[in-house]
Amino acid sequence: MQFGIFSVGDVTMDPTTGRTPTEHERIKAMVAIAVKAEEVGLDVFATGEHHNPPFVPSSPTTLLGYIAAKTERLTLSTATTLITTNDPVKIAEDFAMLQHLADGRVDLMLGRGNTGPVYPWFGQDIREGIPLAVENYALLHRLWREDVVDWEGRFRTPLQGFTATPRPLNGVPPFVWHGSIRSPEIAEQAAYYGDGFFANNIFWPKEHFIRLITLYRQRYAHYGHGTPEQAIVGLGGQVFMRKNSQDAVREFRPYFDNAPVYGHGPSLEEFTEETPLTVGSPQQVIDRTLTFRESFGDYQRQLFLMDHAGLPLKTVLEQLDILGEEVVPVLRREFAANRPAGVPDGPVHTTRDRLTA
Amino acid sequence: MKLVVVTAGLTQPSSTRLLADRLTEATVRRLADRPAEAAMGRLGDRPTEAAEAAEAAEAAEAAEAAEGRLGDRLADAIVQRPGDRAAGWSDEGAPEVRVIELRDLAVDIANNFVTGFPGARLREAIEAVTEADGLIAVTPVFSASYSGLFKSFFDVMDPASLVGKPTLIAATGGTPRHSLVLEHALRPLFAYLRAMVMPTAVYAASEDWGGGGDDFADGLAERIDRAATELADLLRNRTPASATEAEVVPFEQQLAALRR
Repeated sequence: MQFGIFSVGDVTMDPTTGRTPTEHERIKAMVAIAVKAEEVGLDVFATGEHHNPPFVPSSPTTLLGYIAAKTERLTLSTATTLITTNDPVKIAEDFAMLQHLADGRVDLMLGRGNTGPVYPWFGQDIREGIPLAVENYALLHRLWREDVVDWEGRFRTPLQGFTATPRPLNGVPPFVWHGSIRSPEIAEQAAYYGDGFFANNIFWPKEHFIRLITLYRQRYAHYGHGTPEQAIVGLGGQVFMRKNSQDAVREFRPYFDNAPVYGHGPSLEEFTEETPLTVGSPQQVIDRTLTFRESFGDYQRQLFLMDHAGLPLKTVLEQLDILGEEVVPVLRREFAANRPAGVPDGPVHTTRDRLTA
Repeated sequence: MKLVVVTAGLTQPSSTRLLADRLTEATVRRLADRPAEAAMGRLGDRPTEAAEAAEAAEAAEAAEAAEGRLGDRLADAIVQRPGDRAAGWSDEGAPEVRVIELRDLAVDIANNFVTGFPGARLREAIEAVTEADGLIAVTPVFSASYSGLFKSFFDVMDPASLVGKPTLIAATGGTPRHSLVLEHALRPLFAYLRAMVMPTAVYAASEDWGGGGDDFADGLAERIDRAATELADLLRNRTPASATEAEVVPFEQQLAALRR
């Protein structure tokens, strides 16, 4: 099982100091956070993709390429790569290039993006979100697997005798996760291809994600990729920890209360009750995270959101120390202890031949 | 059969709740006592069946009257008791009634706007409305329209959740001059949501609670009864709503749709 972090890349004022980092500071902070993730023994760093303020990561493979040069083991991923507004040809090229530079330590998570105005900025229409995701990925899937592609579709110019370069490292395409917050069509798409399915599992009640993952697992088996238990599932999570849970709550509350996504709404207590957000001691985080297996079945990748809502870099790095030293070792042990035989590990480049076979 | 009542009154006691209760009571009564009449109307079509139905209904009514419990059961039925079926009523007769006071959910509704998902209490209310066979929706008039709380509740619901749902709309206000709010605000809202809105909508101004009709319009009691009769007639002739899980479109079909 793989553990890691994912970042939205938001530039948010620290509500306790009133200071907003510059874009430059935030971008450098994302690099520092990724490097730290490897240092504390995590497996994955994933970046979001956004094309509007207050977010900085508009060019994920540039960021990940730079991080690749500063790390040795960390798998570099995305959360998410926009399959709707990016040209699938450019995705094929960018991630194959990154795969070579990072010696295979690359996978990616595809998502649609939910910001209406972004679509027309890239010549698309949000109302076509699902068809764009379906057609663009169908093309991307072929570009990584067929050396010469003839193709015609609704959303981009046709291709005649096109070869996406470089070819994927060792002929093995990057592993693909499909991320969705609400669309069963995307769970169906992931199942059809035998790809992974990632439920962000933050901000919303778990019942919602259980429905999507159950559907994905059933359809994964339906399409003959294995049993439902063998489907490749990733989950998000959101935590803030201190040695004493009261200290964690006291320190995180101003960030929670002012967070762009859920601030000025329910109380921290209500939100932790309703959603997987956990604010407390490392043990509380361990206990809560272990319940995910009961809800969703044994899964392959757990990513935590650690660096949003204006938390300063120093705090985020401290959080990663706690995560790496006190939480993840226990989670690895516990998840491994009761893991049924036949449940696959998280995908890495060297095991991908087996997974795609 | 499930009848759900959404009321957006804020005070205690609330004239909006009072109107909601009157409409509910009238609908429950019409559902209970109309099968005979309704069946009589179809005598020409299916004489034997209709006559039997009328007979059965009359007998049931007589039994109820003899027990002297009809009033009690009506009262039972309009008490807010989710999931608790009033004893002795069949599915064809009295509905299971659930009253949702939006005042109790005001903060949950605001939180839903902020977080994008309903908390447990609100989710349960939304599910009740979605699964209802019939809906009675009552709002006070604020600033020449439905109240913000009333609109907000329907804003956080899935837009498809009221499609085809028999719905009775009603409003209360301090002056009869606002009565067309029903036609200019509520009816378009529910038309947009594709609910099946009853032709009679009921407006109760303060003075209606003490007066009767005039040369131009029926009094409140008659209008309540007319609206309730419309709703009851429609509910009785419909198959009860059943929760349907949205089915996923198989991926080949999604792909094929693009190649057309």
